[in-house]
Amino acid sequence: MSWERDGHVWISPQTGARWVPTIGLEVHAQLSTKTKLFCGCEVSFGAPPNTHTCPVCTGQPGALPVLNEAVLELAVRAALALGADVARETHFDRKNYFYCDLPKNFQTSQYDHPFCSGGGIELSSGVFVRLNRIHMEEDAGKTMHTEAGSLVDLNRAGVPLIESVTEADLSSPEDAYEYLTRFREILQFAGVSTADMEKGELRCDVNVSVRPEGEEGLRTKVEVKNLNSFRHVQSSLEHEIPRQVAAYEAEGAGAVVQETRLWDPDREETRTMRVKEGESDYRYFPCPDLPELHLTEELIESQRALLPELPKERRARYQSELGLSEYDAGVLTGSRATADYFEEAAERSGDPKATANWVSNELLRALGAGEVKAASLAELSFRPSDLSLVIQKAASGELHSKGARELVRECLRTGEGVEETIQSLGLDEVIDDSQLEAWCEEALEANPRVRDEVLAGNAKALGACIGPVMKASGGKADPKRITEVLKGLIEGSS
Amino acid sequence: MNAPFEGLDATGLRDAICAGQRGVRETTAACLDAIEASQDTLGAFLTIERESALARAEELERSDAEPGPLHGVPVAIKANLCWEGHETNCASRLLEGWRAPYSATSVERLLAAGAVPVGVTNMDEFAMGSSGENSAFGPARNPWDTTRIPGGSSSGSAVAVAARLVPLALGSDTGGSVRQPAALCGVYGYKPTYGRVSRYGLVAFGSSLDQVSPFVTSARDLALCMSVIGGHDPRDSTSLELDAPSAALRGEVALTGLKVGVPKEHFPPELDKGTRAACEAALARLEERGCELVEVSLPHASYAIPTYYVVATAEASSNLARFDGVAYGQRVDGDGSLNSMFAATRAAGFGDEVKRRILIGTYALSAGYQDEWYGRATRARTLLRRDYEAAFERCDVIAAPTSPTVAFPLGERTEDPVSMYLADILTVSASLAGLPAVSAPAGFAAPADDPTKSLPVGLQLTGPHACDERVIEVAGLLESTSDDHLKTPSGGAA
Repeated sequence: MSWERDGHVWISPQTGARWVPTIGLEVHAQLSTKTKLFCGCEVSFGAPPNTHTCPVCTGQPGALPVLNEAVLELAVRAALALGADVARETHFDRKNYFYCDLPKNFQTSQYDHPFCSGGGIELSSGVFVRLNRIHMEEDAGKTMHTEAGSLVDLNRAGVPLIESVTEADLSSPEDAYEYLTRFREILQFAGVSTADMEKGELRCDVNVSVRPEGEEGLRTKVEVKNLNSFRHVQSSLEHEIPRQVAAYEAEGAGAVVQETRLWDPDREETRTMRVKEGESDYRYFPCPDLPELHLTEELIESQRALLPELPKERRARYQSELGLSEYDAGVLTGSRATADYFEEAAERSGDPKATANWVSNELLRALGAGEVKAASLAELSFRPSDLSLVIQKAASGELHSKGARELVRECLRTGEGVEETIQSLGLDEVIDDSQLEAWCEEALEANPRVRDEVLAGNAKALGACIGPVMKASGGKADPKRITEVLKGLIEGSS
Repeated sequence: MNAPFEGLDATGLRDAICAGQRGVRETTAACLDAIEASQDTLGAFLTIERESALARAEELERSDAEPGPLHGVPVAIKANLCWEGHETNCASRLLEGWRAPYSATSVERLLAAGAVPVGVTNMDEFAMGSSGENSAFGPARNPWDTTRIPGGSSSGSAVAVAARLVPLALGSDTGGSVRQPAALCGVYGYKPTYGRVSRYGLVAFGSSLDQVSPFVTSARDLALCMSVIGGHDPRDSTSLELDAPSAALRGEVALTGLKVGVPKEHFPPELDKGTRAACEAALARLEERGCELVEVSLPHASYAIPTYYVVATAEASSNLARFDGVAYGQRVDGDGSLNSMFAATRAAGFGDEVKRRILIGTYALSAGYQDEWYGRATRARTLLRRDYEAAFERCDVIAAPTSPTVAFPLGERTEDPVSMYLADILTVSASLAGLPAVSAPAGFAAPADDPTKSLPVGLQLTGPHACDERVIEVAGLLESTSDDHLKTPSGGAA
């Protein structure tokens, strides 16, 4: 059954009725601190279980939390990057519930006085997705259910998170995807989170309801979990929205119950995880082990000063100042590492357009294709200075485009420097003089006016012949030597 | 019984050892022998750590290092203070066999000062109780009359010091758990200003009230002990940024002109006649020496007990959630589900009083009831604090009985929790206000149930916030007016 859509409206194939979804997102992002929120344990991914733990993060009797100040700094910077208002007075609360990977059976979180409120992200459609709040909290551990029983790894327990909750301002799966993309890039550009979903550094839950177009008020919302990528968020909504509509159309009001559903990416469906029976009572109260937090102007301003230019502003500048296309500007701001790499190389080479082409056509392609072992351009041994050198050599004719591409790929493959690679690829091979003379004669014959102009005293006119000779030599000829040969030929013939 | 240190206080014992008059090993061994001999009648200790104590004594004797302020002094540790490698079971079945993986700051500081911990003392389970009878391992008994309770919750530490088994023991005071048993056993019990001694490693009961608190037999030992265990600790975020109180009584407070506030609310009509008479006699001795007695008022004193039992139980319900059988302590499997394991573990592991308080605290924090209970208690606490601030504008210290009665018979109140809670009626106010308060020996009185007996009475001296030195000094002045503090029970070792 295919669903026709008219903008944000979904048209039921059964009845032709028009339905509108309302979507809100809850996103947990891990802050990039070296140590955990309340103890000195290192934040690590993939370490052997329970090797980054201490009395505090394992909830040993008598252990007490001490706030990692770096968390406050990053949290405040994230809030500023998202345009939110930072509270001056805030505190941590305890959220009480029992689970085996929550060592104290309460999570230190924030309840009625989160450290910030407001802010949001504008989508390309012009829709502004408002943030209701952002708060700080500690992560729980990880439970692995095995045949032999459940195993708990507390390496992740106590890792600092910010949880952000949007208003229900999103109205399509595509909106949700775009919001998450923008959200992630803002956190990455601000340097507050690496936000790698595969490492669980970014986690997202979706709340979605549907209602007939024009109906006042919202219908019952359903929470969807187990969304391990932005694509899953989008796909789950593409299936959950029609499911709810179909349920209402088949069974009428009350067909959708308030519940938590799990997305099954293999079967491409959501299914019931648990039905909510009223609100959970987490018995929040201010954590008596931690003093009230006073977020000073000094802290806030110091973080504001550290805010880099964010992707939206960079995209605008790349188009207006560097003359790049909207598409290129978008590609180059896909991550902070890419944008920073591009900007450094462009400044060194003096040619933003060529740099943009090289970064997107060669470097990002190689990264995407797994041809280099690097998570981002920041990890390449081929530095922006190397790229600008290649661009300059290509521009001067020292390398022709094919040779330059070959050079870059070889550098990426071997990790060797530009000059060494030019030698190893033989791009610096000396051209036999008689061959060079023959190409020069051909060039002069093709441009008869050059001879006359040079003889009339305009040595610069030689330039018109250098390019064709370079081209004929496959980029290997030395432009200086070409000049000498051309001069010799002109003078010898006069 | 043996007299392991002939009635010396910690200061005297340390001096004798440093003067070469006694050996550390000899003292430690005598101490251990006396403890073992007392166990059947007094039950002050849960574990006697003979081996580690003797090893440490030997190490101290061999060491060339400058002797510490508690060099060679045997000390006892309440079973809710983590002592690395030793069983810290909080007198609970649930933690039976649990050896602390780290030491509390206060224990570390005692060790660094040269003290020799000889054992872990009995207590009311998780520090919940006023008689010592809530220990899962049987009650400690009052050395003045072993048919009576020693008070609680730090029952074993009070008994150990009163019976002169050790000159110094650590307890913890949440609502009177050191001051009340000190009064009932005729020794000094001192609750510092909240934050003056680190709570790191003290198994939490009511986090905003708990303070590690010592028992000793002289006012000068209070100063000595506080100089060792006091002072800022970066591992406790509620620790005050103050140095430890000074090691000696500085004599800066003069009796002449000292204004001693007498709050009428703490001399209620239902106060035991004998207790009232002993306290009034102690006040008269102070007046004779030049103190001025000033009537002050704590208008909200009647709210203290309900406020305390809401705040402390609310915090306890969250603090004790971690005892779930997952990572430490005893586990009882349920029907195979996680929740049934939690329930079975806690049902089997906790005693009735602990369960009662967890239930009260859970209720007080529940949605819909939180403001009525926890919220109102928090506001009442502020009123009590202001009462004290106003009173201290008129006086230097406040004096009142520590306990409304002398020690009552074992079993008398175990079936009536509210009458048990009222044993704390005179101590909880200083706890809620976070103020320093000492219970000092102040004579003897006959219990209401047996006019033939004579049992210790304690006078409580409370000072303004952070004025710990002043309180200890006034205790020293009171000490100089009588020899009450030198009297020892026949059931004891001296």
